[in-house]
Amino acid sequence: MSTTATIAIPQSDPRARRNSFLLVFACTILGSAAQLLIKTGMNHFSPHLAALVTNLPLIAGYALYGINTLMMVLALKNGEMSLLYPIIALTYVWTTLASYTLLGEPSNIHKNVGIVTIVLGVAVMGRRGNK
Amino acid sequence: MLLVFIASVIGSFGMAFLKMGSAHLTRSIWSFLNPKLLFGIGLFLGSSVFYAWGIKDGQLSVLYPMVSLGYVWGLLWAKLFFNEALTKQKFMGLGLILLGVCFVGMGS
Repeated sequence: MSTTATIAIPQSDPRARRNSFLLVFACTILGSAAQLLIKTGMNHFSPHLAALVTNLPLIAGYALYGINTLMMVLALKNGEMSLLYPIIALTYVWTTLASYTLLGEPSNIHKNVGIVTIVLGVAVMGRRGNK
Repeated sequence: MLLVFIASVIGSFGMAFLKMGSAHLTRSIWSFLNPKLLFGIGLFLGSSVFYAWGIKDGQLSVLYPMVSLGYVWGLLWAKLFFNEALTKQKFMGLGLILLGVCFVGMGS
């Protein structure tokens, strides 16, 4: 699993910009769904071919992850990276919230502060720097 | 936790190889079959195996945020291999991400 980065192409058309905005936002939700599915699949993982090909959450999770990556690349092609980076970081927020609510993982102040700090960090990193 | 850490390093190398491979892309579909690009994709697949193995016995709310370490390595390779400028903003972002990952780790 990795982070996605492509070259930003300056885009002035507001409609194309809004579309890439919405597409990236949708990607963050799909990305979190993929994480949840992969985790659910790995919870009953067993290293046998028969078990692997019938592990639907794992297969669905990886398929969603693949589709999501392609969508992200398309969205980033037409958008400004500095605006899209903070949105991409929302994946961390959705995944954490879903882990709390759907997987029943304990929430605590350290995790929450950590997530906010990571999202800030990704947003700052994506900002266009004046060298 | 170590497995997810390893996955983030392998994945960031995958990204670097994709970047190197993408320089050889032409209009021909066959240009996608260049060794660097394929090796990059291979590293991504390898990374995802380590990742899945890593999250198997842990909390997703602790391990998924560790994926953001990939940004940190990515920045390092961008500087080392592609000689990209390491701006103050990028450095600050890197610091915040590391701090955030530490916090999340404390919450496990």
